[in-house]
Amino acid sequence: MGLLKGLKDSISRATDRLFSDEEPKRIGIYGPPNAGKTTLANRIARDWTGDAVGTESHIPHETRRARRKENVEIERNGKTVTIDIVDTPGVTTKVDYEEFTDEMEKDDAVRRSREATEGVAEAMHWLREDVDGVIYVLDSAEDPITQVNTMLIGIIESRDLPVLIFANKIDLDDSSIKRIEDAFPQHQTVPLSAKEGDNMDEVYDNIAEYFG
Amino acid sequence: MPQAKQPDDGDGVQIDLVSGARMDGLTSMEKIRLILDGVHDGNIVILEEGLSPDEESKLIEVTMAEISPDEFNGIEIETYPRSDTRDSSFLGRLVGGDSSNAKLTAIGPANQIETLHKDETLISALVSRN
Ligand SMILES: Nc1nc2c(ncn2[C@@H]2O[C@H](COP(=O)(O)OP(=O)(O)OP(=O)(O)O)[C@@H](O)[C@H]2O)c(=O)[nH]1
Ligand SMILES: [Mg+2]
Repeated sequence: MGLLKGLKDSISRATDRLFSDEEPKRIGIYGPPNAGKTTLANRIARDWTGDAVGTESHIPHETRRARRKENVEIERNGKTVTIDIVDTPGVTTKVDYEEFTDEMEKDDAVRRSREATEGVAEAMHWLREDVDGVIYVLDSAEDPITQVNTMLIGIIESRDLPVLIFANKIDLDDSSIKRIEDAFPQHQTVPLSAKEGDNMDEVYDNIAEYFG
Repeated sequence: MPQAKQPDDGDGVQIDLVSGARMDGLTSMEKIRLILDGVHDGNIVILEEGLSPDEESKLIEVTMAEISPDEFNGIEIETYPRSDTRDSSFLGRLVGGDSSNAKLTAIGPANQIETLHKDETLISALVSRN
């Protein structure tokens, strides 16, 4: 009986792997503007595929289209987990082009804000239709309890998507991991610095475990 | 719908209070239209029972589509757990209703809504001023 069960388990593991090889899980990287989503997506892509996903910037709404990096193979403890990572535009309920006019001409600021609104709408759509799991990235130097974060986490939970909370920018002095753990105690929080590459082992362990 | 109105002297705020019963009869898109039409008029819309996560997601999506430079910058949303607001508070008394644990939700235009921020006493101050 033990033998049969063992056989059954290993067959189902093999078929699982077969199917998941054909159809990698699509993991959406969500979070507010400027949290470090693209920096994280680039680091993951560079670590495992050699190339980047998109551009990073201190100006919010740098990412204005969801961008996908396919077939990222992450190796953990002899096992390979294949995922597609989707870097999304930072989600917000408001965009004012005047936020960007210090950094650029009005025409460019207006274009940036229009693209940002389209990108956020697209990201919301992806969340309802096209992702199998979510990495929710927060800047750990900022207050995590915002309406957008609470709402987005609620939306993700209502879709029963597996979610990991990434407390990014732990290299900053004001960073507080506890503040994030306390805000979302129902979810696993993983501290990291996407920019410095701190704690990436734990990041990949968690990705493999949650989304593998 | 009940409205706490003030004379149209230009510097007041109109509050649209939408009861749970009223919302129950509407489709998701009708709810979103009701909210955004109010917000486009410069009103603060207060929903007795809030929105479902799916409706919140669509509200963000439709809001994004309607943002237009110099005209509409989007929305501000605050939600308040019913346990905090029920009975004891001005808003709790105002909307009355049963003891459902649905969350009270206030939505307003992004550019005018700094006052909506943080706590429910502020909204009640806003309402009672009228
Ligand atoms: N100190 C610090 N800065 C970081 C870290 N990760 C990202 N940043 C910086 O934060 C800023 C925003 O990073 P992005 O990766 O562009 O952020 P994003 O979340 O993709 O932003 P949007 O695309 O605009 O929503 C950039 O200036 C990054 O260099 C980090 O771990 N530590
Ligand atoms: Mg980005």
